[in-house]
Amino acid sequence: MHDELAISVRGLRKAYGDNVAVAGVDLDVHRGEVFALLGPNGAGKTTTVEILEGYRRRDAGDVDVLGSDPARPAADWRSRVGIVLQGTGEFDELTVAEVVRHFAGFYADADDPDKVVERVGLAGKAKARTHTLSGGQKRRLDVALGIVGRPELLFLDEPTTGFDPEARREFWELIRDLAAAGTTIVLTTHYLDEAESLADRVGVIAGGRMVEVATPDQLGNRREALATVSWRTPEGAWETAESATPTALVAELAARFGGEVPGLTVSRPTLEDIYLRMIGHR
Amino acid sequence: MTTTTKPAAPAITAPARRPGPVALTLRQSRLEITQFLRSRESVVFTMGFPVIMILIFAAIFDDEIAPAVSYTQYFITGMIATGLMTVSFQNLGIWIPIERDRGVLKRYRGTPMPKWVWFAGKVIMVVAIGIAETVLLLAVSVALFDLELPATAAKWLTFGWVSILGVTACTLCGIAISSLARTARSGSAVVTPVALVLQFISGVFFVFTELPTWMQQVAAIFPLKWMCQGLRSVFLPEAFGAREPGGSFELDRVALVLVAWCVIGLVLCLTTFRWTTKRDG
Repeated sequence: MHDELAISVRGLRKAYGDNVAVAGVDLDVHRGEVFALLGPNGAGKTTTVEILEGYRRRDAGDVDVLGSDPARPAADWRSRVGIVLQGTGEFDELTVAEVVRHFAGFYADADDPDKVVERVGLAGKAKARTHTLSGGQKRRLDVALGIVGRPELLFLDEPTTGFDPEARREFWELIRDLAAAGTTIVLTTHYLDEAESLADRVGVIAGGRMVEVATPDQLGNRREALATVSWRTPEGAWETAESATPTALVAELAARFGGEVPGLTVSRPTLEDIYLRMIGHR
Repeated sequence: MTTTTKPAAPAITAPARRPGPVALTLRQSRLEITQFLRSRESVVFTMGFPVIMILIFAAIFDDEIAPAVSYTQYFITGMIATGLMTVSFQNLGIWIPIERDRGVLKRYRGTPMPKWVWFAGKVIMVVAIGIAETVLLLAVSVALFDLELPATAAKWLTFGWVSILGVTACTLCGIAISSLARTARSGSAVVTPVALVLQFISGVFFVFTELPTWMQQVAAIFPLKWMCQGLRSVFLPEAFGAREPGGSFELDRVALVLVAWCVIGLVLCLTTFRWTTKRDG
């Protein structure tokens, strides 16, 4: 049916009592794509993703993930989907290597558990009991469990929460490696820089609806957005103007000042500005 | 036996083969047992409790309950039954909410592992620990208090089926009651009072027939009383059966009630079991 699509969603709805968490979401994710779902807390990101993962039932809508309805998946569907849940798992008295090896045993074509442990940066902790790991290390263990079965499609729900900047960079490299190997990746995140540096396309969810889907640099018509030009008047006050033709404005200012314009800046909205404007509208 | 060697089974050499049900179950139960044995509280509480209790009881009551029947001989039945209930009902009722709260169950659900494998792992763990704990209890009692082990094959058979039915009922009820706990911490609060009350009213700490009649009747609704009674038929002389409330050991009724609890437990498991916490939807 959707040969080129890993995920196809139409009119997805889910309510918890009176609280509508997902109010008609449409979504297409192509095979081999890295797709980021952005949105504030309570926007419906996790509910949407958990319906796609087969954890939750939907109230309405058509959902197709790797050719199956996640609510009634085909026999080998679970072995083709990797899941990194929100929050960390803990296996108490087992070691990192034991847990990863155990989970590898559920898959016909699992990756080498020791290599996976190394890949997520836990080689030094392989023999540590999982309850002794730090928050970031537990998250890496989650990632290891998500990828050990060599999934075609990998879901990552806020994967880098609690990571320090260096760990995040390493994690991004891992995601780029997986994407380069052809894995389709759907991640939810709060971090705009994460979406910007990893995702081929970004979907913004707010109030249970998909507000926009675009490449990171086109989100909210970012490229066509008005530029903000600001400078200081001879009296010392700051002046700001929004302009579609900032070059002409700067030339005019240069002529007015007879050369250097004091305190001149020209800027376009950042992804964060655009994003905040989008979710603020809801 | 022939001398021809069989060709190597293709299953061993074939690459990328999904592990079979037997292999999955063995792996899962090995993991569960490892996890149990590494948790010091579980080992001390589950394995040690019945042994400590029998040591205390034997020290307090060193006379005879009936001619040629020592108190130890009577109380060992209650301790075996309590031990089996601890390893199944309490162990699962306390640990499953913790695993659910930590997201362990949810992570298993996200893998291709068939759901029943997880249950099989728990059941085998319970049976293995239950056997080890019962053997330990019997060994201590034989060595220190001259406990008389069952003399006939028929009695060992009764010992076997009462234990199996009892553990099965308690395991299923333990899994079922685990769904009542909302958080990791509340599992113990839900299970411990139930277990303690049952122990007091079912004739584990007291001679059952010396309890008030209404208490005996309440106890008769639940499995522990019947497990104790079935085990008394194994460890006490035939004549002692006349002192049971029903005038005999009523093994048919023991079987009936325990099977009924297996069915109730199974239905509760199938209808109420949750892989995720309530707040997880």
